[in-house]
Amino acid sequence: MDKQLTFTYEIMDVCLLAGKIMLQSGAETYRVEDTMTRMAAAFGFSHSHSYVTPTGIIFSVEGKEPTKTKLIRIAERTTDLEKVALVNGISRKISSGEFTADEAYQELKIVERASHTYPLWVQSVAAAVSSGCFLIMFMGKWPDFLPAVIAGGAGFISLIYFHRLVPIKFFSEFLASFIIGLLAFLFVKTGAGMEVDKIIIGSVMPLVPGLLITNAVRDLMAGHLVSGLSKGAEAFLTAFAIGSGIALVFSIFAGIGG
Amino acid sequence: MIEQLITSFIASAAFGMIFNAPRKSLMKCGFVGMLGWIIYYMMVENQLDTIFSTVVASFVIAVTGQIFSKIYKTPVIIFSVAGVIPLVPGGMAYDAMRNFVQNDYNIAISLAAKAFMVSGSIAIGLVFSEVINQAIRQTQLNRLNKGQGR
Repeated sequence: MDKQLTFTYEIMDVCLLAGKIMLQSGAETYRVEDTMTRMAAAFGFSHSHSYVTPTGIIFSVEGKEPTKTKLIRIAERTTDLEKVALVNGISRKISSGEFTADEAYQELKIVERASHTYPLWVQSVAAAVSSGCFLIMFMGKWPDFLPAVIAGGAGFISLIYFHRLVPIKFFSEFLASFIIGLLAFLFVKTGAGMEVDKIIIGSVMPLVPGLLITNAVRDLMAGHLVSGLSKGAEAFLTAFAIGSGIALVFSIFAGIGG
Repeated sequence: MIEQLITSFIASAAFGMIFNAPRKSLMKCGFVGMLGWIIYYMMVENQLDTIFSTVVASFVIAVTGQIFSKIYKTPVIIFSVAGVIPLVPGGMAYDAMRNFVQNDYNIAISLAAKAFMVSGSIAIGLVFSEVINQAIRQTQLNRLNKGQGR
C-alpha cells in the first residue's frame, strides 16, 4: 500500500513537471492538459484530471487510495518551442512504454535545466531582419528597409535589456516601443527614412503579442474560458504598453511641433 | 510578388528563431509562413475580404503544420505559430492605437474592432483545421482499436 502511494506521487511529479515545462515554454493550455492526462494514462492511471490556467496547474490522480491532488504555480512564461517539442517527444516515449517513470523524470529534469535558446545576438539579428521584412510585406518602400532593421533590432535588444533591469514585463515593452518610435521619428527627420508609420509597424512586430492574442481566442473557443480570458488580458496589456510607448513619442514630437 | 515571397519566408523563419523553434524546423517554419502569407496576399490583391482571406490562409497554415508535424513528429504549434505571425493584425492594432492617441475615436474603434475580428478569424482557421484533423484521427482510431479512443 505504501509502495503504491509513493508510486502515485512519483507519477504525479512526472506529469506535473512535464506540464510545468510546457506551460512555461508557451504551449497552449489544452495541449498541456492533454499531455498530462495521456502521460498518467500511460502509467496506468486512467482517471486523472488536470486543470491548467496560464498561472498554475492543478492535477489530481484517482487511484485505489483517496484521490491525490497537487498544485503548482507558474510565475514566468516565455516562448521556447524547442522545449515544447522535447517534452512532447518524452511523452510519446512514455506512451509507447520506452520510459519508466524514473527515467522520464530524469529526462524532464534535463530538459528543464537546459537552455536551448539561441544566443542573444542571433535573436536580435532575427528580430531586426524580420522587422525589415515586415516593412516590405506591409507595402513599405525599400529605402525604409534599413531604418526598420535598425529600429526593430534596437527595440528587441532594449526589450531584453530593460526586462533584466526591471522584471516588469509591461514596463520593458513600453520602453522598447518608445525607443522604436523615437528611432523611427529620428530617421524620418534626418531624411534616412520616408514613412514613420511603416517603419514603426515593421519594427514593432517582434514585440506585438500576436501569439498571445491568437492563443487566447483559441483557448476561448476550446472552452478554456479562464485561460482564454487571462491570456487575452495579458495580450491587451502588452498591446497597450506598446501603444502607449509609441503614443508618447507622437505626443512629444507633436509638442515640439513636428 | 517575389519580394513578398522572400520577405515572408525570412520573417517567419526569423520569428521561429525568436520563439526558439528547434533548429531543424526553421526552414519549414519559413515555408509555412510563406505559404500562408502568399495565399493571403493574393486573395487581398484580388479584392477579397480581409477576414475571409485570413481564415483561408490560417486554415492552410494549420493544415500544412499538421502534415509537417505528422511527418517530423513535432508538435503543430511550432509551425502554426511561426506561420501565423505575418497574418497577425499588428499594423492594424498599431493604427488603432495611434488614432486613439490623436483623439480620432471613431476611426480608432473601428480599426480596433477589425483587428479583433482578424485575430478571431486566424483562430477560426486554426480551430477549423484542428476539428477536421481530430475527426480524421478519431475515425482512424476507432477503426484501429475499438474502445481505446482518446
